[in-house]
Amino acid sequence: MHFVVCIKQVPDSAQIRVHPVTNTIMRQGVPTIINPYDLFSLEEALRLRDKVGGEVTVLTMGPPMAADSLRKALTIGADRAVLLTDRFFAGSDTLATTYALAQAIRKIGETFGKPDIVFAGKQTIDGDTAQVGPGIAKRLELLQLTYVSAILELDQENSAVKLERRSEGGVQILQSRLPCMITMLEGSNIVRRGRIDDALRAARAEVVTWNAKDAGIEDLTLCGLRGSPTVVKRVFAPQARAEKAALVEVAATPAATAENLIEAIFAKAPTLQADMVKLASGF
Amino acid sequence: MSEKKPAPQAAGSRASMKKELPEKYRDHKHVWVFIEMERGIVHPVSFELLGEGRKLADKLGVELAGVVMGGPGEDVQHAAREAFAHGADLCYIIENPVLADYRNEPYSKGLTQLVNAHKPEILLLGATTLGRDLAGSVATTLLTGLTADCTELNVDDDKSLAATRPTFGGSLLCTIYTLNYRPQMATVRPRVMAMPARQEGRSGRVVPFQIDLKETDIITKILSFIPDRDSSKSNLAFADIVVAGGMGLQSPENYQLVKNLASVLGAEFGASRPLIQKGWVTSDRQIGQTGKTIRPKLYIAAGISGAIQHRVGVEGADLIVAINSDRNAPIMDFAHLGIVTDAIRFLPALTEAFRQRLSPHAKDRLAG
Repeated sequence: MHFVVCIKQVPDSAQIRVHPVTNTIMRQGVPTIINPYDLFSLEEALRLRDKVGGEVTVLTMGPPMAADSLRKALTIGADRAVLLTDRFFAGSDTLATTYALAQAIRKIGETFGKPDIVFAGKQTIDGDTAQVGPGIAKRLELLQLTYVSAILELDQENSAVKLERRSEGGVQILQSRLPCMITMLEGSNIVRRGRIDDALRAARAEVVTWNAKDAGIEDLTLCGLRGSPTVVKRVFAPQARAEKAALVEVAATPAATAENLIEAIFAKAPTLQADMVKLASGF
Repeated sequence: MSEKKPAPQAAGSRASMKKELPEKYRDHKHVWVFIEMERGIVHPVSFELLGEGRKLADKLGVELAGVVMGGPGEDVQHAAREAFAHGADLCYIIENPVLADYRNEPYSKGLTQLVNAHKPEILLLGATTLGRDLAGSVATTLLTGLTADCTELNVDDDKSLAATRPTFGGSLLCTIYTLNYRPQMATVRPRVMAMPARQEGRSGRVVPFQIDLKETDIITKILSFIPDRDSSKSNLAFADIVVAGGMGLQSPENYQLVKNLASVLGAEFGASRPLIQKGWVTSDRQIGQTGKTIRPKLYIAAGISGAIQHRVGVEGADLIVAINSDRNAPIMDFAHLGIVTDAIRFLPALTEAFRQRLSPHAKDRLAG
């Protein structure tokens, strides 16, 4: 079977800093990582391949340096990596992104075999939209299965899949069909460390690099800024409140400081006292 | 849809910046809110959106409609009545056995058909697992813009929707427009917008809408549903008092200090994102943009620096108390009360002081 996993190279958000004066993002020196949510989908694809046989192709769209993330995915165990990179993709919003990725997945299908399952991350840590997976599914007319917490059965003969999906207030057990698009829930598996032979293979492996034309994209008006219905008009730092926090006096002992704080809390919110007594006594 | 990075230098020249709305979208009118319902219960985020949608509709001088989808029965009628009580002027109701439980296929087809038939200018959905699953596929089918997880919605001078959301991992905010496409779609996370007052007896028009879908057309089947046990769920979003810890606690063992204070207060406990990423605390306890949004009466943040992505999750709290050893930490810019001290040393003292105050025998003192 053929599993295609869409990944994204993202800045390690824990290390992003905002310039204190200009309020712009300081990107220099921020390390990049594979979007953490994508790893759960990659791991699930690798597990299925190990179980039923086949290949895992990882795909990303991004600048040439995004090849680093693909190589990392090869190290973890993917069989093939495809980088979709072209200046025409710059400024893509999620709709334009899904157009380009869907075209590339079609091309992957023609070149390396039709995918049975396309995986994507639940969402990214930089955009947080959770829209790219569903968008790809819609464009490729794949059954859309998001927030999957476990793939219970994969029946090759009948192209059937049984899985667990997180929904509001519970878990759905679903029976569906291949081909489909799946996004895995975080924590649904434990991402493997790559083996030595995978690492060696990754070091030598060629990352298949496609521009828009290579991926069969003819209509460039559907790509990048031109293909994006949304427009970012303003980026700004949030307003500080007019007044800063009123500082509570730190006393000689933590116990005395605690008394100061409690007095200050009740002075600010007089009705809170009664609520708190009620709440505290309920436990 | 703000995965893209802004590129202001190209702003003036590109097609999507044109202010003239294409002819085919001119008859798109009114503000819609998708009323999310699972197993007969309307998700509170739908009412919060109706409150916000009401303001947008009034500014635009148009109507506010709820969209209710579900299996045949009393549930959809009840949901529509609740939508009226929370501000809707009318409700579109799609009743069909294939909609009894949420599945992407029939819901996205049904909602897309309704949009194409009745043409809203704005469509709002909750950023829940259901809403995100549905919004992404509907927007792609309609080839329109969708802005996720908005923290502020407004109408511009030229009547376009201005949707503001955190960007760059939550360190900045950006305002996003869908100028040349309709409907303008946006999702909002639960508890981000205030719950509007329920107006008993307020009613509106019901507009039934038929979709031609049969169970045999739908491939994905629901074999069973396992509801969450209530005891295992955190109730952060609706708690009156919340205590949370951040990296200032320095070790997973010290997180117990947060739990101890929460226990004395009868409060829910939570954490900022780094503690979840480090695996010290489970993700259902995360407070902030990518976690839970809270609106308690009292929020105590211990050792949390207060990055934007945390701030947007707690700003709805009535009273924010920050305990932090750094008086210049960003949290001091939005907390109401600050105390510059080491949370690890201070939390046990605060816990003990509250324990004495709130014990049943201390009532006289409290009353005074």
